[in-house]
Amino acid sequence: MGQPVSKGRIFAAVLFAALLSAPLIYRATQARREGSANRYAAKATAAYGFYFTECANASGIHFRHQAPKLDPKLNHIMEQIASMGAAVSVVDFDRDGWPDFYVTTSGEHARNALYRNMHDGTFRDVAAEVGLADINSPESGVSMGAVWGDYDNDGYDDVLIYKWGRPELYHNDGGKHFTRVTETAGLPPWVNANTAIWFDYDDDGKLDLFLGGYYPEDVNLWRLKTTKIMPESFEYAQNGGRKYLFHNLGGGRFEEVSAKLGIQSRRWALAAVAADFRDTGYPDLFIANDYGVSELYLNEKGKYFREAGKEAGVGYAPKSGMTASVGDILNQGRYGIFVTNISEEGVLVQGNNLWMPAPGASADKIKFENVANAMGVELGGWSFGAQFGDLNNDGYLDLYQVNGNVSLDRDRSYWYDYSKVAGGNRAIISDAANWPPLKGRSLSGYQQKRVWINDGAGQFKEVAQMVGVRDRFDGRSVALADFDNNGALDAVVANQRGPVLFYRNHVDPANKWIELELTGRSSNRSAIGADARVFWNGQEQRQEVSGGSGFCAQNQRRLHFGLGRTSRVDRVEIHWPSGRAQTILSPELDKIHRVEEPE
Amino acid sequence: MSASAESITAQSGTSRQSAAARFFSADNRYLPPILITLILLGANLSFGLLESFSRTALAIATAMGCEIGLTLLIYRKFPNLASAYITGISVGILIRSPEFWPYALCSAIAITSKYVIRWRGRHLWNPSNLAISAMLLLVPEYVATLMIQWGNAVWPMVVIWALGLAIVYRVKRFHITATYVCSFVFLSWARTFFTGHSFLAEVAPITGPMYQLFIFFMITDPKTTVKPRWAQCVVAGLVAVAEMILRLAENVHAPYYALSIVGPAALAAEIYWTGNRRGRGQRAEGGPSKD
Repeated sequence: MGQPVSKGRIFAAVLFAALLSAPLIYRATQARREGSANRYAAKATAAYGFYFTECANASGIHFRHQAPKLDPKLNHIMEQIASMGAAVSVVDFDRDGWPDFYVTTSGEHARNALYRNMHDGTFRDVAAEVGLADINSPESGVSMGAVWGDYDNDGYDDVLIYKWGRPELYHNDGGKHFTRVTETAGLPPWVNANTAIWFDYDDDGKLDLFLGGYYPEDVNLWRLKTTKIMPESFEYAQNGGRKYLFHNLGGGRFEEVSAKLGIQSRRWALAAVAADFRDTGYPDLFIANDYGVSELYLNEKGKYFREAGKEAGVGYAPKSGMTASVGDILNQGRYGIFVTNISEEGVLVQGNNLWMPAPGASADKIKFENVANAMGVELGGWSFGAQFGDLNNDGYLDLYQVNGNVSLDRDRSYWYDYSKVAGGNRAIISDAANWPPLKGRSLSGYQQKRVWINDGAGQFKEVAQMVGVRDRFDGRSVALADFDNNGALDAVVANQRGPVLFYRNHVDPANKWIELELTGRSSNRSAIGADARVFWNGQEQRQEVSGGSGFCAQNQRRLHFGLGRTSRVDRVEIHWPSGRAQTILSPELDKIHRVEEPE
Repeated sequence: MSASAESITAQSGTSRQSAAARFFSADNRYLPPILITLILLGANLSFGLLESFSRTALAIATAMGCEIGLTLLIYRKFPNLASAYITGISVGILIRSPEFWPYALCSAIAITSKYVIRWRGRHLWNPSNLAISAMLLLVPEYVATLMIQWGNAVWPMVVIWALGLAIVYRVKRFHITATYVCSFVFLSWARTFFTGHSFLAEVAPITGPMYQLFIFFMITDPKTTVKPRWAQCVVAGLVAVAEMILRLAENVHAPYYALSIVGPAALAAEIYWTGNRRGRGQRAEGGPSKD
């Protein structure tokens, strides 16, 4: 004090003020950019090449998800526990060439719905007629999701409905009725599952089934013996449900082989996806886990799975994985994996992961890098389901992501109490009795959805508001399909304790497209795992027929390729799970191509 | 959170001890940085604690770079970097952001604050506490703080508590940590009467690693704590009380804000009274003020 202030100290003071103002300037810049976008919203559809109109009611879709009422010991946090179960999966169950979809609810006596496509833009619920409505009960549990695959290769997709309860397998009897075959199949009596996918892990031409547990299978959420059912850690929990891998023996019978084949995990699985990440001809298995790291099971020629999450880079930093979707987002013939996590301002900023394989992957080695931040898809709120699809047919895969956890009182947040316990020791966090009551508060509720369009040069731009996606429901599951057979991917969104939304897509017709409806012969008839590469204008895009992706969801199995303003496609190369390869030269544009596997 | 390095720096004295004894002595200003690095490496290799090594490296590099630049600029000498290293590593652990820039910005704010917010030759705020609080207030959409456990096993917690207690004991700060912990536990019990939640729910946060770093390295910072031992205990208790008030208002970042309110206020009061006493003494002796 009393000494003259040095120039150095003046510089330090100016620097300090500048550092403190930097975030404010950054925020102001961001806000201005968003403001500009809103001002030009009217031009947005022209700018982005598409827009959505939500038309569930007009299309005859009147479905609202109901949450279950679990054991009264969980009443104080019921909305947080019973926060899943709204799911959607797309299937052409009657093989009329028009995609239908199935939605689940979780009320103990509420009915699931199967919406048949009426070919005129409307849908009709036929679940009760075909025997797929009455699935939920306190005795057998309630639905969490459904996946479709033709396990007996009779030409009609069958359905596994997984639940917090008894998983149910239904055989599709010629698209007219479904017969319950759970016991014949040998499925377990109770699994608290939140993910399942069909895939043919050993390429034997018969679809196998992966089923991932969330809560342990000895927990009946309606009749709790203890309240110690919660994860033992917010990011390192390994006390969840077990995993099941059912090998298809034929004749409608399955053998559980997870331990024999190296899949032994008790992480809290929320999503799984299978794809041939290493070009071995066999599908690898990726699992996104809540309360922990993701897992990558590398398929060793259909004989064994080797968990390689850490060495591949995806199993290192623990987060809250809630979706797993695969896409060749840079048109390089390589699959990236998108995993959603939680981002809540100032409390928990995990950020989504977009895992892109580093160049030089081989059968022995694959390494992924998280490029979500660099590509602009990192912050998505409390993110749940997401799917890749070329929404504007410009030739690059875009990303549709839903979010929002529990929307109750808009003005009161549960985050403080949630974070208090989430950071606690295992003895505290794992006991539901220690969790403070929710008392009608929201936990990351009323969130704005994300529609990210891919510029093809490594950047995604968020355009949800501009293209008409403005709902604030608690989104769980999203599935994409061309319901009108017009080359535009529409979106169906299942919301927790909310309505099913149907977003019809209107795409600039100047952008071309083709779709491939594949049918296996030596391979499984659903063609799940078939890999198609489309070559045009010096570009290449690769897609694989999927038996389930996203969060509790399944897109249409038909592959959709947007092509931009091209005049021709050079060729399509298809690699079937059987090992057969097929090339189609110059397929006609703007057309659905129905392709059978050659003999 | 430059506590231990700085507190060791504050200790003086030489001894003819063995190399091992000297290494673990309170005179070794590099002991805390080494220990915190070992904790960090162990936790990260075991549990993937960090967002990434590169982000933490950025935080450390920025802190050290700022320290070097500002010390050269203002004092014309090369600084000892132990304190800046701990600031950087603390930011690397405690800040959680998918972006890179918050790590650099937070470290830069922390180090610069030491040279700017000063009164009578002392800086008032714990640098990393101030910087983290500023980030949480200014850019909450990009920044959160560490809120999870280090794994789900008991041993990491035991190791961290043991190392932390050993460090604060060696640097004669154990009483501050003990006062704060006792206050927090007692006030957790008191909060149950307001919230209706279980005692375990209220006491849960202190079992997390964020609190372990907070109580071992942040509130014990000798440069930003008051001098008398009894006053240090009072301030630690007041931090816990302020935190309780913030917690009752459901503030997620209560400990950071509580320390950034109470710590500087206590220090400013001490500086003011000490200065006045010294001034009165000097006037009584007829000498000039040396402030």
